[in-house]
Amino acid sequence: MTRHDALTDELAQHTIDDKPHWFRLDRRDFLKFFGGGLLVCLADLPAWAQESGRNFGGHELPKDIAAWLSIAADGRVTVFTGKVEVGQNIRTSLAQSVAEELRVPFDTITMLMGDTDLTPWDMGTFGSRTTPTMGPQLRTMAAAARQMLVEMAATRWNADPATLTAADAEVTDTHQGQSLTYGELTRGEKLMKTVSTNVALTPASAWKIAGTAIPKVNGRDFVTGKHKYPSDIVRPGMMFGKVLRPDGFNATLVSLDTGEADKIPGASVVHDGNFIAVAAADLSTAERALSALHATWNVPPQPSNQDLFVSFKQTSKTQQEGDGPEHVSGSVPQAMASAAIKLHRQYTVQYIAHAPLEPRAAVAEWVNGKLTVWTGTQRPFGVRDELMAAFHLPAEQVRVIQPDMGSGYGGKHTGDAAIEAARLAKATGKPVKIVWTREEEFTWAYFRPAGLIEIGSGANRDGTLVAWEHYNYNSGPAAIATPYNVANQLSQFHPASSPLRQGSYRALAATANNFARESHMDEMAHAVKMDPMEFRMKNLTDPRLRAVLQAAAEKFNWGQAKPTPQRGFGIAGGADKGGYVATCVEVEINPTDKKIGIRRVVQAWESGAIVNPDGLRNQVAGALVQGIGGAMFESIQFANGRILNPHFAQYRVPRFSDTPRIEIVLIDRKDLPSAGAGESGIIGLAPAVGNAIFAATGVRLRNLPMTPASGASGETASVFHA
Amino acid sequence: MSDFILKVNGARLHVSAPAEKSLLFVLRDRLNLTGTKYGCGEGQCAACTVLLDGKPARSCLTPVSAAAKANITTIEGLEQNGHLSPVQQAFLDEGAFQCGYCTSGMVLCATALLRATSHPTEDQIVTYMDGNICRCGTYPRIVAAVQRASQSPQKAGGQ
Repeated sequence: MTRHDALTDELAQHTIDDKPHWFRLDRRDFLKFFGGGLLVCLADLPAWAQESGRNFGGHELPKDIAAWLSIAADGRVTVFTGKVEVGQNIRTSLAQSVAEELRVPFDTITMLMGDTDLTPWDMGTFGSRTTPTMGPQLRTMAAAARQMLVEMAATRWNADPATLTAADAEVTDTHQGQSLTYGELTRGEKLMKTVSTNVALTPASAWKIAGTAIPKVNGRDFVTGKHKYPSDIVRPGMMFGKVLRPDGFNATLVSLDTGEADKIPGASVVHDGNFIAVAAADLSTAERALSALHATWNVPPQPSNQDLFVSFKQTSKTQQEGDGPEHVSGSVPQAMASAAIKLHRQYTVQYIAHAPLEPRAAVAEWVNGKLTVWTGTQRPFGVRDELMAAFHLPAEQVRVIQPDMGSGYGGKHTGDAAIEAARLAKATGKPVKIVWTREEEFTWAYFRPAGLIEIGSGANRDGTLVAWEHYNYNSGPAAIATPYNVANQLSQFHPASSPLRQGSYRALAATANNFARESHMDEMAHAVKMDPMEFRMKNLTDPRLRAVLQAAAEKFNWGQAKPTPQRGFGIAGGADKGGYVATCVEVEINPTDKKIGIRRVVQAWESGAIVNPDGLRNQVAGALVQGIGGAMFESIQFANGRILNPHFAQYRVPRFSDTPRIEIVLIDRKDLPSAGAGESGIIGLAPAVGNAIFAATGVRLRNLPMTPASGASGETASVFHA
Repeated sequence: MSDFILKVNGARLHVSAPAEKSLLFVLRDRLNLTGTKYGCGEGQCAACTVLLDGKPARSCLTPVSAAAKANITTIEGLEQNGHLSPVQQAFLDEGAFQCGYCTSGMVLCATALLRATSHPTEDQIVTYMDGNICRCGTYPRIVAAVQRASQSPQKAGGQ
């Protein structure tokens, strides 16, 4: 998949125009502003344009050093980036890269992130793009700054810059025995220099600060409770807001009686279009006013889980405009006709929720017509755009600040809470905080798309794959093309009509597509009577995917132990967004109740040169653990526009007791550019588990989560109910 | 509104709040002790864990009136004279967090566990902490941090 595809896929999954509510007077303007889709205008421009710092979506990335970093007279370095820290540890890893190129101690660096007034425009923190794009961007600026500092010293000393060295935040003339600190050179003045993109960067093999396991830069603030998350922000005179949610999706308001709420002292009721909300100086008063609002809604009949996969196929735009990218070579029908062994299988994945532990939150404040919002979002500039549209403001009248937040996993792209808080703040003339409840987060955010995947394959008796077709309905095109060598292949994504608001999720559809593909590879391996690892290697030449498969298999001792009805072993590999993963799993099946437990996982990972092995290990293991949820028990249940399990008591997420013994094997390719690593570590777990279950029991589970046939969310999978 | 004197982290603090409101609400919105987190409001995630007389409690389900007689410890109360508690230090040393939003609740639960069982087995840690959600999936490092804290020469449970 090209970079262009990866970014446009991500953007195409933002159902930004399916917001829960609109301001009546603003809807027309909002649509005009986005021209029927922000996505179109962004998607039409190639992603490399943004990545190389050229014009993107009307945004010119600054080329001067001062926009990206400054060096104070005391030597403190401040780095400016629109990327945001959500737990993936880029506040640390980006600072390492800058310290490396600038030749300064790591602890002199402060990262100023995700503030639309202070940092250069950025599309957002998603798509595993921080490390491969913002990393080189900041390294380039830091290396150029270092050169500039050397030239400044050369001018002061009337020396040849080539004879000077920059190290440890100083420029030194070893011949004359003199040196100047960076702070003495800049005296805090801005570094005004335009930088071209072809600045020489330090190769990973020579890194001294990047590439090391520096601990999380502000870790102490997290273990002491000092860190202020978006939901912790307090402003003078701040009020608390609550939004009245409709009885179901796509509801229309029939009647509203605010009489009782209006009588509550200190409560303000705001009704604008289908936005109905209250604000009060005290959260308990706001909650009381909310429950005193009496609304009736008309909720139209809507699909439920039961109708889902049939409806995807019926509503998909097959062979019409809107189909996703097609990967095609050779002739699948001809190859299928002549193949000795053929398989056709269907796989499904359900809607799942991001459920970040910190729900959406925002504090909005208007001062002299300028709106400032502190909010948890992966796209501060995207939220600024939404606020500009909602309140008819120019960019300079809106500031969005993103304090490091209680994560997102792709779930916090939109500015819903920010808009709600800003609307209430405008009405009351006071700063207003909104923190969504867990139930609101489970209901009114958006979901990882459900999907139906059909795979057909043909192989020769010797195990050579000759035909492969892969169709994804609704869930997305990420990692849809097979990494295996198949002469005749066709992969295509078919968008369909989604009954739920859907959007980005860690690794997008790569999880679903890889589950289907790697399950199917296992099925074909058994059909041709080959070891699943051997079958993969026979049909694979990509050296990076081969390397992680071999590394995982070796650490796991693949093939050494024989499966029993109580114990199975599975393997799966995959690649997306520059990250290569292979996962080996051991499952245990309880002989009495047939409940499945994941006992051991070995996951090998390679994403080029490692910037911080400790942070990387944390991300790769975390993705794996999160993947257990979608594989084994997470599933949003819905009917008639209502979510039926919007609580942690009903929607089970992985806990301590679900976590197996995990071993992560990192492969450090210092000869390759660093890729992002926050996402693709999730894609190997589910198929490896399914393959292990099959190895033990002979039962093939093709639907995620691998729950009993009742589909009840939260039950541990049992092979009795396959 | 009712008036309460709460004993929080060794200090006696006066608050005025509806008696049925949660301790979580009072800590965060009245006392600005925002280290205690809202995660679900339903006792299902333990992000809001505090210690009442040394025992872990879900502050989201604890009415402020029920906490008025107890010694309340929040995450802000563990550091002593600039020194992290052994559990805090162990979380830092193990890098046992990603976004960190669950960390307050994890640290306080682990503190209570080590107070009751100074050298817990891995199974005991998993059982005791199973009510705490880390959505980032940092569980193995958290287990390692609790084990590390249990080896600390300083008494990990504190006090």
